[in-house]
Amino acid sequence: MRTGQKKSSSRSSLMDEIKRRFSTWALQHAQAFVFSLGQLIRNPFGNLLTVAVIGISLALPTGFYILLENARQVVTGWDSSVQITLFLKYEIDDDSAQGLAHRLEQDPAIAMAGFISKAEALAEYQRLSGFEEALRVLGENPLPSVLVIRPGVTIATPDENEQLLARLRQLPEVDSAQFDRQWVKRLFALLDIIKRFVIILSSLLAIAVLLIIGNTIRLAIYNKRQEIEITKLFGATDAFIQRPFLYSGFWYGAGGGLIAWLLITISLRLLMQPVSVLSELYASDFQLISLSAKNILSLMTCGVTLGLLGSWVSVHKHLREIDPS
Amino acid sequence: MIRFTNVHMTYAGGNEALKNINLHIAQGAMAFVSGRSGAGKSTLLRLIALIDRHTRGQIIINGQNLERVRDQRIPLFRRNIGFMFQDHRLLVDRTVFDNVALPLVIAGYRYQDVRKRVQAALDKVGLLHKANSNPVALSGGEQQRVGVARAVVHRPALLLADEPTGNLDPALSWDTMKLFEQFNQVGVTVLIASHDLDLIKRMHKRIITLRQGRLLTNAADIGQS
Repeated sequence: MRTGQKKSSSRSSLMDEIKRRFSTWALQHAQAFVFSLGQLIRNPFGNLLTVAVIGISLALPTGFYILLENARQVVTGWDSSVQITLFLKYEIDDDSAQGLAHRLEQDPAIAMAGFISKAEALAEYQRLSGFEEALRVLGENPLPSVLVIRPGVTIATPDENEQLLARLRQLPEVDSAQFDRQWVKRLFALLDIIKRFVIILSSLLAIAVLLIIGNTIRLAIYNKRQEIEITKLFGATDAFIQRPFLYSGFWYGAGGGLIAWLLITISLRLLMQPVSVLSELYASDFQLISLSAKNILSLMTCGVTLGLLGSWVSVHKHLREIDPS
Repeated sequence: MIRFTNVHMTYAGGNEALKNINLHIAQGAMAFVSGRSGAGKSTLLRLIALIDRHTRGQIIINGQNLERVRDQRIPLFRRNIGFMFQDHRLLVDRTVFDNVALPLVIAGYRYQDVRKRVQAALDKVGLLHKANSNPVALSGGEQQRVGVARAVVHRPALLLADEPTGNLDPALSWDTMKLFEQFNQVGVTVLIASHDLDLIKRMHKRIITLRQGRLLTNAADIGQS
């Protein structure tokens, strides 16, 4: 009857014992895996509710993440069109300014260096500012030559643009240099804030998922109090008793992940049309990016991990309290 | 099979449930524990099953000194014991078959073995045709017999029953006792707690009587021991 009899010391019987134990272990895992799914399916409404709550909790941060990814996609396009305006020193004449422009265009970091002569600058300024009279009184053109630099296409990050700007400032001919699209920088800063917000939100919702699953498992444990007592009396180990609850947590997490995936896919479908109208208006070929396979995998991994963790904590806290009587 | 030497059991609240119990039940014997409610019958069974641990003395079950059975080994120890309760304590969310299969599933038997053994056990108690019913659909007597099948399906060396006939009428009680006797005849040591003295006297087995936590020595010993 008992299986724990003295094992013979011969190697093959030890191997047999290990094999037998392993197959028992695997069998019991398979049983708990299927059994826990069956238990969930037997109470479809209540469990669907739980899974839906988990799904929404997972969908929120995932949705924000996808929106952020899309925003980054848009901004990356803009960033390469950042321009740097170089105001040259007043004593630099048009010829040497043009020479500098040609020199700068050789720089691989620079895609284009446009030259605006003093006269052109004055004409434009007069046209835009309305200070025509005042400028005429001055008699002399007070404006410096200007070079408009467009960073090379290979340069995308704000950091690299910043380096380029610093380098250009070092040039002896240059009086001052500045981005003429400071707001892109501000937008990046804003996106950074939103990114941090998404991380905080994700952490809070992850805790919420843990609590939901933990509480659901706690209730399941109390509902199965009698069963747990009986199985303990008939010699079930803690591992045996835990298994179906842990797998329930697994199923909750996996189900929540699936629902989150579904919700996001539907939401993106709904957004796709208006977004393409908008991007057409901007003459852009921007396409809304959806969840990649990698995203889906990490979403499911998160769901399953939270499910297992939540049920593990709950099981360890509450199973000990039940003893056969 | 069961040997108690100067066993005391004091519960955490200070309630002295058993006092200085000396007892020996041989392998393959069948014995009854009788006494009033609160005399310590259940406590005696609980100590044997390691549901509670005795506070003093020595208990040896099936050659194992219970003090040496560590908590982690309790599950393995219990797999050698079958349990019966007054309230059948079947799980109503599954079939009779699954209820009886429970001890085998816990021990990790393969499905083919589980099926064979469950069918044999159900056949033995005459309920094979109810294998796929839900326990709530059975009569009280049938439920109790399912309980018996579950208690013996894993062929334990020792069968413990706490008031197994408490909810049954005399005829069914007698049938249940006879069933226990059959299992005893194939070598299972059987220990039954019961306060139904008339019934257990008719079984002509050893009767261990407890009164206020003490053993009444040979007071009601009739029949073989």
